[in-house]
Amino acid sequence: MAGKPKLHYFDARGRMEAIRWLLAAAGVEFEEKLLESSEDLDKLRHDGSLVFQQVPMVEIDGMKLVQTRAILNYIASKYDLYGKDMKERALIDMYTEGVADLGEMILLLPLCPPDQKNAKLTLIQERTTNRYLPAFEKVLKSHGQDYLVGNKLSKADIHLVELLYYVEELDPSLLANFPLLKGLKTRVSNLPAVKKFLQPGSQRKPPGTEKTLEQARKIFKF
Amino acid sequence: MAAKPKLWYFRGRGRMESIRWLLAAAGVEFEEEFLETREQYEKLQKDGRLLFGQVPLVEIDGMELTQTRAILSYLATKYNLHGKDPKETGFSWIESSCCFVRIDMYAEDTLDLMMMVVVAAFKPPEEKEESLASVVKKAKTQHFPVFEKILKDHGEDFLVGNKFSWADIQLLEAILMVEELDASVLSDFPLLKEFKTRTNNIPTIKKFLQPGSQRKLPPDNHYVKVVRNVLQF
Repeated sequence: MAGKPKLHYFDARGRMEAIRWLLAAAGVEFEEKLLESSEDLDKLRHDGSLVFQQVPMVEIDGMKLVQTRAILNYIASKYDLYGKDMKERALIDMYTEGVADLGEMILLLPLCPPDQKNAKLTLIQERTTNRYLPAFEKVLKSHGQDYLVGNKLSKADIHLVELLYYVEELDPSLLANFPLLKGLKTRVSNLPAVKKFLQPGSQRKPPGTEKTLEQARKIFKF
Repeated sequence: MAAKPKLWYFRGRGRMESIRWLLAAAGVEFEEEFLETREQYEKLQKDGRLLFGQVPLVEIDGMELTQTRAILSYLATKYNLHGKDPKETGFSWIESSCCFVRIDMYAEDTLDLMMMVVVAAFKPPEEKEESLASVVKKAKTQHFPVFEKILKDHGEDFLVGNKFSWADIQLLEAILMVEELDASVLSDFPLLKEFKTRTNNIPTIKKFLQPGSQRKLPPDNHYVKVVRNVLQF
């Protein structure tokens, strides 16, 4: 019997959180090996476990996968969260990339020098309100279905709902004018596997703090 | 008869070039509309053709696709450059998807490297020099050694599954791009040199590398000016 997927990262959201969400939403149990020091990362590198010397790395089906998108696409394919054909997949990819672009801005905000932080935050708020959320609201409005693509849950819905939680953490008022997105968030959050993941004690990671940033700097040497 | 794919972008490499490479390598003819004015761009936005208000945009198979990776992945699958057909593997999910995922991993890495070059064009001169030097260093120390090893370990002609794929096309594109910055970059990588020669000689790629093809030139001041003007940044 195949072992559980094993996630290698440090104890924070970072670039691994989307993978945790996807596995959790797919109802897949997974293990985590949390890096605590730069020595832990060096060990993985010396073992030859990291193709490009970077984490995230996920051990799954006898492979050691790296590159967040490659990992997410593999999991989505495996657990039927990637649409029914090429064209649905293209839409799912397009929506996922939009989520990733905004997600990246939010992810990197803590690394912003203090004098630039306010400007960055304003830009994030502007992009959220004028570019990204309207686009997704429009997609849902255009077909009136419960999910973004093909009337079926896909990775696009999971990534988007994860993002909506982060947007809400940043500024709850940003979601105010997007009723269909709020509906999607509620609907996906109520799926049993997601509901479980949202409860305290799950493998979901909390927002980053000064401490997690310090740990990241130490481990990844930046 | 299916219409040709139509590409909307600036008259330069940027984020569209990998898409041009993929189509060209697949032997697919495509049309291009070049953005030169702010008005053209605003029209595209107003017409609702840009999901997130951004280019690249590719019209293909009745879809208006944006987001570089979404486009690349669709094209790679459509033109059989995304790994083994499930039928080839007897519908073994693991066998066919393992190729798919390896191609994705390698393509992601070379795309990361090339994006550094894309972004460098828009930096002020001193920062730009530094960025490009950093790209060459990263190519030599982090990226190319990995691909040299992959080729060494399996001894095959192509990166994944002994079959020409999207990963090979992007690696060639990345090699040529870094060579433009430092012609000696492959000096420690004999297998990559052979790979380059071999892939350069694939008929569709050979054609694309000839003058007069739709391959675009490295970014110059004029290109940067047009992009800044159209996107207003």
